[in-house]
Amino acid sequence: MTIKELIARTIELDSDGHLKNMNDWDESLANALAFEEQIFELTPDHWKVINYMRNEFKTKGDAPSIRKLTKESGIDTKTLYALFPKGPAKKAAKIAGLPKPKGCI
Amino acid sequence: MRKLVILGAGTAGTVMLNKLHPVLNKDEWNITIVDQDETHYYQPGFLFIPFGIYSKNDVMKPRRDFFPPGADVVVSQIERIEPQQNHVLLMNGKTLPYDYLIIATGAQIHPEETEGMKDGLWHKNIFDFYTVEGALALANFLKYWEGGKLVVNVSEMPIKCPVAPLEFLFLADSYFTERGIRRDVDFHFVTPLPGAFTKPKASLILGDFLEKKNIRLTSEFNIARVDNENKTIISWDNVEVPFDLLVTIPTNKGDDCIKRSGMGDELNFVPTDKQTLRSLEYENIFIIGDATDLPSSKAGSAAHFQSDILFANVMSAIESRPLRARFDGHTNCFIESGFGKGILIDFNYDTEPLPGKFPLPGVGPFSLLEETKMNHYGKIMFRWMYWNFLLKGQDLPIESHMQMAGKRK
Repeated sequence: MTIKELIARTIELDSDGHLKNMNDWDESLANALAFEEQIFELTPDHWKVINYMRNEFKTKGDAPSIRKLTKESGIDTKTLYALFPKGPAKKAAKIAGLPKPKGCI
Repeated sequence: MRKLVILGAGTAGTVMLNKLHPVLNKDEWNITIVDQDETHYYQPGFLFIPFGIYSKNDVMKPRRDFFPPGADVVVSQIERIEPQQNHVLLMNGKTLPYDYLIIATGAQIHPEETEGMKDGLWHKNIFDFYTVEGALALANFLKYWEGGKLVVNVSEMPIKCPVAPLEFLFLADSYFTERGIRRDVDFHFVTPLPGAFTKPKASLILGDFLEKKNIRLTSEFNIARVDNENKTIISWDNVEVPFDLLVTIPTNKGDDCIKRSGMGDELNFVPTDKQTLRSLEYENIFIIGDATDLPSSKAGSAAHFQSDILFANVMSAIESRPLRARFDGHTNCFIESGFGKGILIDFNYDTEPLPGKFPLPGVGPFSLLEETKMNHYGKIMFRWMYWNFLLKGQDLPIESHMQMAGKRK
């Protein structure tokens, strides 16, 4: 468990580096979290994924896997990796203020 | 007559049949088990086939040898389950109605999910060892191989037996050393995980083993395609890894009949209550083993521990009692580490693998998270236990819930 200084307020993170308290999230915090992941600008496509993830989490209680993302967000796998290099499901979940997806075991 | 149907006669389905058949009253209950073929495979044994340690005959037996006398067995593919109607449609045209259904249809590999995987080099320079055919073809290749770049790649998680790729590397290290060509083989483990294994503490220890054995690790690699011409695997973010021999652990998916039934997630795994093993959607359907979407390992040991829980809960359900048995995610893996030694790990949903003695606290004979000869004997002896005790639903001297006694934090 670590506490990091982000955008001039103290945000608590869990052991995976995701937000501990989901209510801390807002759009400016998403930008800061993205910056930490070396994503320096959130484009409309980034937001499409982030909003899809947040919706999915609200209804299902878990962040979607990469397979579900490509199937349902309307963005193909290659583009997803370009938007969120290395692990789109994990990175997008982090920036969307959600816990680490359960599928990532 | 009330009807209980079990779909799948692999480890989980066979154990459930053997537990339920003797105790359900024959005048009230009819139990039917369905599978598409008549051969039972000892899947943990596939790992040993590429190195000539096991042959085909060591891992195959007729399923009927493990069914209780008088069991109602149907050999047919499954078309689909219609959960609203409480029946199963079979490919042979028959319909099986049920009061209770146990889904134990397992998981299979799907190399065709990765672009280029099943093109020109499949079973020439690219092999799997999750099927008997793949393991035998690989054995034949290894016999004549003089060395080069060996790449072991996991396509995506989850996979059956997450330690098997590591065991393959350790056994290959041992195999090439004995053949005197270890220095001619460049070992490379390429995985989508952030480290060697799914659990952080075990991952560190197993990662040390990789280093000791001179095995290169590339983590967070998500394969997009195979370039057959240049013998290279390429990730979605364009990292390229060349190979002379690619041992792939392809995408694992649940059975197609789950997809046809509209009951699975995006990988055809069935949404399951992680503690009671009941379907999240249907009160009279239970799921066990690799067919579930549980965040536990897809391993025979997990299926075996689940069988105790599921037996208790099915008995409760049919007698209209609340489901009280809870699966804790318990898994136990003997990891072959090569040169006649093994490592043992024991963990559950919440507790990572810890060091200590197992199963008797302070005594053993097995050592957790340590490399010993005794752990290797445990793995070898286990095949005999599997055929003679486990499949028949008899108790093994291991608790279905993980125990903390004998473990050090």
